[in-house]
Amino acid sequence: MLFTEVTLDLLVNFAQNGLIFLLTLLGAIPLGLVITFGSMSRFAPLKYITKTFVWIIRGTPLVLQLFVVMYVPGLVFNAPMSSRLTAVLIAFIINYAAYFSEIYRGGIESIPKGQYEAGQVLGMTKGQIFSRIVLFQVIKRTVPPMGNEIITLVKDTSLARVIAYSEIIMAAERYTAKGLIWPLFYTGVFFLVFVGALTLLFGYIERKLDYYKG
Amino acid sequence: MSDSILKVEGIEKSFGDVQVLKGISFTLEKGEVLALIGSSGSGKTTLLRCLNFLETPDKGTITVDGKLLIDGEEHKNMSDKEIRENRLNFGLVFQSFNLFPQYSVLKNVTLAPDLAVKEEIKHMKLTGAQAKQYKEKRYAENMANALMLLERVGLADKKDAYPCQLSGGQSQRVAIARALAMTPKILCFDEPTSALDPELTGEVLKVIRGLKSKDTTMVVVTHEMEFARSVADKVIYMSNGVIEEEGRPKDVFLHPQSPNLQAFLQKAKEK
Repeated sequence: MLFTEVTLDLLVNFAQNGLIFLLTLLGAIPLGLVITFGSMSRFAPLKYITKTFVWIIRGTPLVLQLFVVMYVPGLVFNAPMSSRLTAVLIAFIINYAAYFSEIYRGGIESIPKGQYEAGQVLGMTKGQIFSRIVLFQVIKRTVPPMGNEIITLVKDTSLARVIAYSEIIMAAERYTAKGLIWPLFYTGVFFLVFVGALTLLFGYIERKLDYYKG
Repeated sequence: MSDSILKVEGIEKSFGDVQVLKGISFTLEKGEVLALIGSSGSGKTTLLRCLNFLETPDKGTITVDGKLLIDGEEHKNMSDKEIRENRLNFGLVFQSFNLFPQYSVLKNVTLAPDLAVKEEIKHMKLTGAQAKQYKEKRYAENMANALMLLERVGLADKKDAYPCQLSGGQSQRVAIARALAMTPKILCFDEPTSALDPELTGEVLKVIRGLKSKDTTMVVVTHEMEFARSVADKVIYMSNGVIEEEGRPKDVFLHPQSPNLQAFLQKAKEK
């Protein structure tokens, strides 16, 4: 049956979207924190270099960044990008880390100074204050904006096709080329189901963290 | 005066061009309660923050039990570890409580002592079963001590509550227990009742009053004149970054010498 065949084919290709999604999160969540520390650094040169970097990444289209990562190494340095997936992941991780870093920064700066001071006067080290007092509060405050950004990432994964990395939309377009149009619109269902599951997950996490206020 | 527990000499502090403390000196004996009074902007809170290493004095020294803790001019050379050890001579209760919202009342009190045990283990280079045994023993002691302190501030039944479930007065009592858990030699209070509804100030002041003993030395920045008069052994009136008057409460309150203090007390009475 055609419908089952198309569904299976799209599902297999949607796994590529899932792969990009998962690996991007794994890379961007910690890298974002590193960028945050850079942009909050008291060492001015590091701070301004980081801020400029974030400005460039957030100020240019992700599509353009995909092209740059894919083709610039070959064109300029004569060292062509060997794997399309690697190129996709580099571009996605850097792009999303820049956005995450700003969410983290907002979260960290929203923690009242008194929390740090309370830890200090109790003799805690800077590391203990961050890991035992501040970090958890930052996580609670950043879950809603992170959920938002992560949902955007699900849909952005289909941009990988601009450098010919096969994913669900590209697979659907192969049917379109043969005159079969509905699979392209049908891909929306896959995204909706995935995002629906994530929405439930984030709702659950928010409820879990809601055992205290403040 | 060699047995003074606290000796503050010539503390100066500026923020930008504004000199907030212009040479503050005083001493305090063990078991005494010092009330710091004065209008807003007189430098009381800054002085308290200097004692607790939250601000660095530009000049002057702070000595506790004969040990020089802060020398304004040398302060920059102190390591983080030294600062942490030295500041533990003092405890601080904040105006806005600053409890840790994600932890239960009990955990708020045990967190810092437990973390100190971890540092100790690292320092003693204990490992494996030895470390675990030591940790468990000390954690149990911290827990027992925390429960005792919560009992003392009248909140033993709230040990599993979270800060968001407490009233302001209860929060401040937890903050007092939390500060006491680190067994500071000198406990400081920064306007401990200023963020509270009037009907809640009484319970906090009662707890502070109850702490008064020959072993507990306290420095209290307060606007509660009646409390200062009845609990303090010594009162310091600050104005524009200097100590304008100091002495026994009955002298300061009944026979104020400086016109500023007279006006200040008059205003406080009218409130």
